[in-house]
Amino acid sequence: MSKNPTVELKLPILKNMELIATQTAEVVSKHMNLSEEKSGEISMAIIEACINAFEHSESKEEIFIHFIISDESLTVKVIDQGVGFDASEIEIPDIENKLKSSERKRGWGIMLIKELMDHVDFVSDSSGTTLTMVKNKDKNE
Amino acid sequence: MSKILNVDNSNGLVVISTEGYLNKDLGEEIQNIAVEYIDNGSNNFLLNLSQSNIVNSIGASIIIELIEKLQEVDGKLSFCELAPIIEKTFNIMGLTKYCKTFNSQAEALEALK
Repeated sequence: MSKNPTVELKLPILKNMELIATQTAEVVSKHMNLSEEKSGEISMAIIEACINAFEHSESKEEIFIHFIISDESLTVKVIDQGVGFDASEIEIPDIENKLKSSERKRGWGIMLIKELMDHVDFVSDSSGTTLTMVKNKDKNE
Repeated sequence: MSKILNVDNSNGLVVISTEGYLNKDLGEEIQNIAVEYIDNGSNNFLLNLSQSNIVNSIGASIIIELIEKLQEVDGKLSFCELAPIIEKTFNIMGLTKYCKTFNSQAEALEALK
């Protein structure tokens, strides 16, 4: 059985480094003949995943991004070595509630990732988090 | 990488045009400029994002703060020339429930002035 082609990135935790990942996502999406719409959705999801990894993991090290190419889908794994989080504690944000209150306006990342990708999964513990996101190919792609 | 390209205030409409990644820095620049105009009595804003084709949720959250400030002065914010992924992101977050979007600046100017 042949192994799926994989592109691996290691990003330092520096400002705007997520844009390097979006450039890679564009190249991989083109290679897979994904539509521009899907390419944009993958890039946006990666931006949010990187920001979460940078900001919320409290990780001081680099993060790793793996793009795993298959005939049916693109799988993107964003891996950090931070303190982890409990996905069940994440609240679904609502703009109406945010505008009505002094509540912090942020906290949209996970919701956006779930809306933009076809499948999303987290594995998180005190040694780090792996976020796995899948975008399926259409039959005509 | 990201900047305000132009600010135009005419006929009661402040048009802010940007370039590059709509992240925290650019979101704060937009908000700071808009607040200056709000303090001087303006309450009708158009954000032209034709040269910004990528956004993050932190930048978008700062735009939500601006919407909140404008609600306090009975003002409004509109968008024009949004890249498809930015429009989709704003739709998911609900910004487009509070802000009109226009395909072109000309169309927006016609409707808003």
